[in-house]
Amino acid sequence: MPAVKEIQNPVVRLTELVATTTHVPVWLAALRRNALARFSQTGFPTTDDEDWRFTPVTALKALPFVIATPDFDRADAAIQHSPFASIEGPRLVFVDGQFSRELSQVTNLPDGVRVQPISEALRQDNSALQSHIERLPDRNASPFLPLNTALFSDGAHIEIPAGCELPAPVRVLFLTTSPHAGAFAALRNVIVAGANSRVTIIEQYVDASGAAYWNNVQTTLVAGEGAIVEHIRFQEEGRHAFHTGSLHLVLARDCRVKHHSFALGARLSRQDIRARLDGEGLDCVLNGLYLTDGDRLADHHMIVEHLRPHCTSHEYFNGLLDDRSRGVFHGRIHVHPGADKTDAKQTNKNILLSKDATVDTKPQLEIYADDVRCTHGATIGQIDAASVFYLRARGLGEEDARRMLLHAFAGEIVERIDYAPVREEIDSLIWERLERNPHIAATA
Amino acid sequence: MSSTTDTIDQFVQQEYKWGFVTDIDAETLPPGLNEDVIHFISRKKGEPDWLLDWRLKAYRHWLTLTEPEWPKVTYPKIDYQAISYFSAPKQKKDAPKSLAEVDPKLLETYEKLGVPLHERARLAGVAVDAVFDSVSVGTSYKEQLAERGIIFCSFSEAAREHPELVRKYLGSVVPHTDNYFAALNSAVFSDGSFVYIPKGVRCPMELSTYFRINSAGTGQFERTLIIAEEGSYVSYLEGCTAPMRDENQLHAAVVELVSLEGAEIKYSTVQNWYPGDAEGRGGIFNFVTKRGICKGHRSKISWTQVETGSAITWKYPSVILQGDDSVGEFYSVALTNLCQQADTGTKMIHIGRNTRSTIISKGISAGRGQNSYRGLVKIMKSADDARNFTQCDSLLIGDKCGAHTFPYIEVKNPSAQLEHEASTSKIGEDQIFYCNARGISTQDAVNMIVNGFCKEVFRELPMEFAVEAQKLLGVSLEGSVG
Repeated sequence: MPAVKEIQNPVVRLTELVATTTHVPVWLAALRRNALARFSQTGFPTTDDEDWRFTPVTALKALPFVIATPDFDRADAAIQHSPFASIEGPRLVFVDGQFSRELSQVTNLPDGVRVQPISEALRQDNSALQSHIERLPDRNASPFLPLNTALFSDGAHIEIPAGCELPAPVRVLFLTTSPHAGAFAALRNVIVAGANSRVTIIEQYVDASGAAYWNNVQTTLVAGEGAIVEHIRFQEEGRHAFHTGSLHLVLARDCRVKHHSFALGARLSRQDIRARLDGEGLDCVLNGLYLTDGDRLADHHMIVEHLRPHCTSHEYFNGLLDDRSRGVFHGRIHVHPGADKTDAKQTNKNILLSKDATVDTKPQLEIYADDVRCTHGATIGQIDAASVFYLRARGLGEEDARRMLLHAFAGEIVERIDYAPVREEIDSLIWERLERNPHIAATA
Repeated sequence: MSSTTDTIDQFVQQEYKWGFVTDIDAETLPPGLNEDVIHFISRKKGEPDWLLDWRLKAYRHWLTLTEPEWPKVTYPKIDYQAISYFSAPKQKKDAPKSLAEVDPKLLETYEKLGVPLHERARLAGVAVDAVFDSVSVGTSYKEQLAERGIIFCSFSEAAREHPELVRKYLGSVVPHTDNYFAALNSAVFSDGSFVYIPKGVRCPMELSTYFRINSAGTGQFERTLIIAEEGSYVSYLEGCTAPMRDENQLHAAVVELVSLEGAEIKYSTVQNWYPGDAEGRGGIFNFVTKRGICKGHRSKISWTQVETGSAITWKYPSVILQGDDSVGEFYSVALTNLCQQADTGTKMIHIGRNTRSTIISKGISAGRGQNSYRGLVKIMKSADDARNFTQCDSLLIGDKCGAHTFPYIEVKNPSAQLEHEASTSKIGEDQIFYCNARGISTQDAVNMIVNGFCKEVFRELPMEFAVEAQKLLGVSLEGSVG
């Protein structure tokens, strides 16, 4: 582990880490240089930036950044106890940003399917992968995206050929074991689902360290024509961890893509979702649940761009906020000229469980086409009194009625997961988590 | 589709109905802004020293600010030194003693606008404090109002005759440091209206002011201050039309409302300023800061606006709900066509307990208009059991326009109940077909649907305004069959 640098500027301290990254192809080296220059220029966002208005990163900036170092023994034990451990299927495991072949399981894949670490894919000549990495949009991107480009050490590369259906989900597990504060890992995933293929992907983040580390993630998901993709992102990191992620969805004609984001942990979690609906007749669902307590902050920031006619996009985000925690939501549906017959819907519902919790929500619509149906809605408050009354009139106690409705509030998000074993496991995980919360069982 | 394009073209090509210029010599200051200009304005109005100091403080603060860029509007950079900051109709001897002494050409202007001043004022039962460019030229019904202790006069008169009230409340809701345009207004405001309703008095009539921008190249900087003492009630109407101009004109007004315990202020606006031509040339820049404070318990402020004019509208009538059980309301219809841009909405700041707010916003976009709703609902920690309901609906007519919604909701109290709903739609072919099948022409059907779309807002307007607003919308929609 390199000595902690006595440099005040966090941007400079981060750029110091560059030298330690692994060998890369020439085109990527150039890309990284540019990205690093860009990050050095923009630096960390502040609350003066409209997109970071409610999400201060001061604590993140103060970390003494070091490259995370893996502890594989600790990782092995953590995997056994991690959620979805019992789910069959190919598995990629990364420990502190490094691929672990021993802990991974990639056998018996159908022809043409690639499930491999991106570091390996980069050693092969892969022009498609190159373009997916290079083509990331600049506009509206998170300031941490160039940082990720400059520093990513590894991540998953998943490629499903046209017409292929994978029966079992691909699981990508990111473990952090490094006990050092400020351990930094940049992870890059590229998922490409060919035309008419079908796949379920689980991307999960497990904290086996307990330290104030920082995971900076970028996932690109490319869905081909008619592809059916379900992507489940499950983040349950410790209360000191920082998690900044962005997800870019590039969607082609007639595909069906569902993304589920579960932000259940981390001191600060920020997820930037950018969906480009660039084909006719496709259907995109963005579904998310955030549960926060203590001092946690969970932020979802998404922009859904409708570029073609006859597309449907639905966004459902529910949040349960406890203690002094904060929930932030920004959703924008942008309908470009010509994207007629767009059907877009966005909802953000929040329940505050304590008097110190806060919510800041900005559900936005930007519409430049006239033949569209777009709605959005946001609610903040407690459990609906009429619903409680309805249940009480049927003989339930007030506390039971309230509990039941809170479970249902989280449950309506979980229910949208298609892949049953994952749905059931998340359902019971969240059930237990809510049951453990004194604010849910106690006061009315 | 082509018929839609045709009708939208017709719609876009309609001439501005109210475009004419009254030919009166105005005593106009040369363009430019510096401390001398402020001294000149203040002296011209015979203002006390403290007001001059306040203006200078605002001006010095304004110099430190930069023009805001966050609204979703684009316009050429304004040269603040190219604007004339004072223009008054030439006074014959001193001020006119009665309406009979008012310049007949001026009265003619109001005639064309249908202002019920003079005899018509009496018949319509409306008291008018008409603002022609920058100086109030005539007020009516003053005596009737005075009997009840109501003060309704021009701002400069109020500064002279009721300095204690003006000094107490001026800048108490919109401080001179509030924002770029409010600071500018505070420095150079020329005139405006002042209303004071004493304790327990219910104002017997709708108070109304017609604003009129007349001289070319002059900005108009109105300042309105309304104070409703405990348990009083007032309904205030503001209506605007402006003559045709090629040059962009800046209008940066400030409106401050103070509602004390149990008082209610209802503020209604119909704004029909020149929107510019089909290519986006000319038109009024309307950058307005309007804010009210519900200072006392159980007080209420209600904003209703119908915005159909101006090239650019930048306006967020807001309510600070400080007193417990106070109520804030915002009802808005904003129509943009041609190249108009509107970025409008409201802010509801809940501070007191059991405070309630309602926001109903209806945006209609046609031609190449861009219509944005931008609103904030903030529930502070102290606002137990606060309640908000927000609904923003947009209607699109034609395929070159845009409708946007940017709500902000910030909640720091768990007992708050908030709902926000927004939708965007166009007039459905099935709806038109349904009406056609029942013998209603397509044009009538469109009018009917749009009027139905705006009904929730129109019904909040006082009678006279509701009629005018519906007429305005009807004119704008002629030929927009689609």
